[in-house]
Amino acid sequence: MADLDQVKPLDTSPDIEEEIQSGGEKVYVAPPWKLMWWRYRKHKMALISTVVLILFYFVALFCEFVAPYDPDQAANQFKQVPPTAIHIRDTEGNFHMPFVYQHKRVQDPQTLQITYTEEPSPRYPIEFFVHGFQYKLLGLWQTDIHLFGIPQGKDQQGLFLLGTDRLGRDMFARVSYGARLSLTLGLVGVFLSLAIGVVLGGISGYYGGRWDIVIQRVIEFIRTIPQIPLWMTLSAALPATLSVEETYFGITVILSLVAWTWMARVVRGRFLAMREEDFVLAARLNGSSEMRIILRHMLPSFLSYIIAALTLNIPNMILAETGLSFIGLGLRPPAISWGVLLQEAMNLRSLALSPWVLAPGFAVVISVLAFNFVGDGLRDAADPYAR
Amino acid sequence: MLAYIVRRILIMIPTLFLISVISFALIQLPPGDYLTSYVAQLRSMGDNIQQEAIDAMRDRYGLGQPVYVQYFKWIEGIVTRGDWGQSMEWQKPVSELIWERMGLTVVLAVFSLLVSWLIAIPVGVYSATHQYSMPDYAMSILSFVGVGVPAFLWALIIMYFAQTQLGMNVGGLFSQQYLEAPWTWDRVVDLLKHIWIPGLIVAIENTAGEIRTTRANLLDEINKPYVELARAKGLTENRLIWKYPVRVAMNPFFSTVGWSLANRISSITLMSVVLSLQTTGPMQLRALLSQDMYLAGSFLVLLSTLTVVGTLISDILLAWVDPRIRMEA
Repeated sequence: MADLDQVKPLDTSPDIEEEIQSGGEKVYVAPPWKLMWWRYRKHKMALISTVVLILFYFVALFCEFVAPYDPDQAANQFKQVPPTAIHIRDTEGNFHMPFVYQHKRVQDPQTLQITYTEEPSPRYPIEFFVHGFQYKLLGLWQTDIHLFGIPQGKDQQGLFLLGTDRLGRDMFARVSYGARLSLTLGLVGVFLSLAIGVVLGGISGYYGGRWDIVIQRVIEFIRTIPQIPLWMTLSAALPATLSVEETYFGITVILSLVAWTWMARVVRGRFLAMREEDFVLAARLNGSSEMRIILRHMLPSFLSYIIAALTLNIPNMILAETGLSFIGLGLRPPAISWGVLLQEAMNLRSLALSPWVLAPGFAVVISVLAFNFVGDGLRDAADPYAR
Repeated sequence: MLAYIVRRILIMIPTLFLISVISFALIQLPPGDYLTSYVAQLRSMGDNIQQEAIDAMRDRYGLGQPVYVQYFKWIEGIVTRGDWGQSMEWQKPVSELIWERMGLTVVLAVFSLLVSWLIAIPVGVYSATHQYSMPDYAMSILSFVGVGVPAFLWALIIMYFAQTQLGMNVGGLFSQQYLEAPWTWDRVVDLLKHIWIPGLIVAIENTAGEIRTTRANLLDEINKPYVELARAKGLTENRLIWKYPVRVAMNPFFSTVGWSLANRISSITLMSVVLSLQTTGPMQLRALLSQDMYLAGSFLVLLSTLTVVGTLISDILLAWVDPRIRMEA
């Protein structure tokens, strides 16, 4: 059990043994967060995933800067273009800085099928910090600088890292913009459900008795109704006239109405376990108020568990939003989220001709996996004194 | 045992009542009177509907009266006549539309449940008895992939490969000629030919978690003294693992049948929309989008009931498998 105010003999722990060898006695005097970090560091997948997530949230925050094109700008001459190949070697075998070739549109005279090939000249070198469409960075500064791109306009030639969709919109730009809604919805939703979960789970675990029974029954009842059909019914009740922001908020609330039960279980379990701890009893005998016991003695001990549980629940939120938007009951166009983008893949013809419309799906998978690994690492590190 | 079962069934009644109340309330949320749009729709199609017919329906479902009256009229129809209301969009009684779809959803859910148990139990046992071996690590990585890729995405990927590589359409649960046909032996065979792909897709998503549960539960058990004792008495390793700790480790499995059914129904709903299967998912989605309230509400009630019944079955199974629970009751 997490017992952060005491120093226990730790020499039996194989994980920390290494630390003792490398740094002598420092493991005995290290504060808890340091022990957690040492343990977290050992989980290699969690470390890699942390970097991936930081990258993803950077894209979400600065999507206008990262995206080379306006995600809503259609281009007739570049419909369903496959991902642009990036070359560093030209046809004569000379090396250059990364560049792309001109897309050439070829129409099959019989099937009228349009395909794209590359024209070996001219070369369009890829540049960083190029000028593109106007936007406001973080909603504050007007600018037109973008992370990368080619200086030529989209009407001449494009750099489509993930290809384009049926209307000739750049998938990479769309996936970047989608990150903003999809990734933040998971975060906001999980904090909203934490707020409900902490209150109800806390009452349930700390006071027990009749309240515990009532709250547990409510949780069981909510979990009896299959989530997706329930969420579908709830979001169908959102009026179609709502603005993008209102729908976003509505969906978040709807997801949290079910998701708080996950958080409440964790909080309740921690409270139940800790209620019987010696240091809680000691604090009570010393005359601490209930509030002080909870905030000063119990909260620090289970904060790390809460953070781990939060992290493990974000992927559920992301998957739920994607699923709902995908079938047309979540966010709706013109909003851009990964689920909305995946609607394009629902069309079998479009999917067969341009499989890169599945790209948002892989963005979902990567972020869900990353959150799972980080959560796994946090859970292991949550109790640095356990063996 | 009988007393236990009867008591459990009695406990179900308030739960089912609450489910029906909440479903009805949710379906009432969107604004608008569905009969008005129904009549408008009929008139626009040139149907000259009589005022008496409208009034008859208004009376039958208590429209225009307070919500609780409408609710009781609806629930009365269900309980006394098996009448789940009228589908405005299909212009048929709901009860004519839902049962085959419910049946197929149940078949798919149970099929995927059996498949993932068949995989999860042996694989989980192997992982636990060979902890930290190469296959154990491989299993962990695979189960993460299972957690990360939702069923509807698998459905899209499989549909893409079937279409482009094999030139085959994996959508649907029946071939064209059996789509509307009555149930015959040939139709069952046709269903079996189609159901395994969606069944496997749903199994992939859920098996991963079950492997991990089996592994963790068994790891808790196999170091206990009774296992040691059995080993000391000279039981073969296979027999002592499968006969005692595996049975104990299976307990949480049975006790969560209800929830795993609920999870599967969620996966099946989304996947069915992608593969346009003849299950509840696509029809419920359409009903919700067109505010076909009785149809949508009936699905929510029935799918939740399925979980409740699943929980009941799991409790009975558990009492049957584990004498401690039986005695307590």
